[in-house]
Amino acid sequence: MTPPDASPWVTAADVLGMAFLAAGACLSLAAAIGLLRFPDLLSRMHAGAKPQVLGLFLVLLGVGLRLRSGGATAILLLVAIFQMFTVPVGTYMAARAAHRSGQARREDMVVDELTD
Amino acid sequence: MIDVLTLALAWVAGIALTTAALLVLVRIVRGPTMLDRVIATDVLVAVIVCAVGVEAAVFRHGTTLPVLLTVSLFAFISAVSVARFIIPDGEEARR
Repeated sequence: MTPPDASPWVTAADVLGMAFLAAGACLSLAAAIGLLRFPDLLSRMHAGAKPQVLGLFLVLLGVGLRLRSGGATAILLLVAIFQMFTVPVGTYMAARAAHRSGQARREDMVVDELTD
Repeated sequence: MIDVLTLALAWVAGIALTTAALLVLVRIVRGPTMLDRVIATDVLVAVIVCAVGVEAAVFRHGTTLPVLLTVSLFAFISAVSVARFIIPDGEEARR
């Protein structure tokens, strides 16, 4: 917990960090609800991409604001960078496999560049 | 006042992440296809990374931060390796 004689900036960083953590967690919850309720694979993929990038970034920002040390910030920055590189690769592979095995509903698409 | 606010926000984050993990688990069990499960597993990994980060932030320790690094590096391998072995079926396979 925040010590009682802390400076206003420290208190502000702590509370702001907690707010970011709560926001990231609520975004994860919204994505989970979307994952459960959306009808087909590609729209579920759309819902699931939110906590993987924005939700995680909000949480990392909250962790950085509360820990406030150089080493922790470096690790959190690396986590963010790796997440930005790896999430699109996995999602792209899954989406392409869905398209190839006919699980992406063609009648809902406006443009279908993989077939054309 | 500040402590109460911090505690309330920590509870909000914890409850939201727990509920999110349970809902994603329901999607993993229900399927209906393997790719749905792959996507849901990726989201579950993101939720777990968020939970580990929230724990580290609430209790102010950096012990678990290398775990975040490792998981964010290797989480996509499951999606890629399963997607490689999805067998085409139905109408699209004959194109």
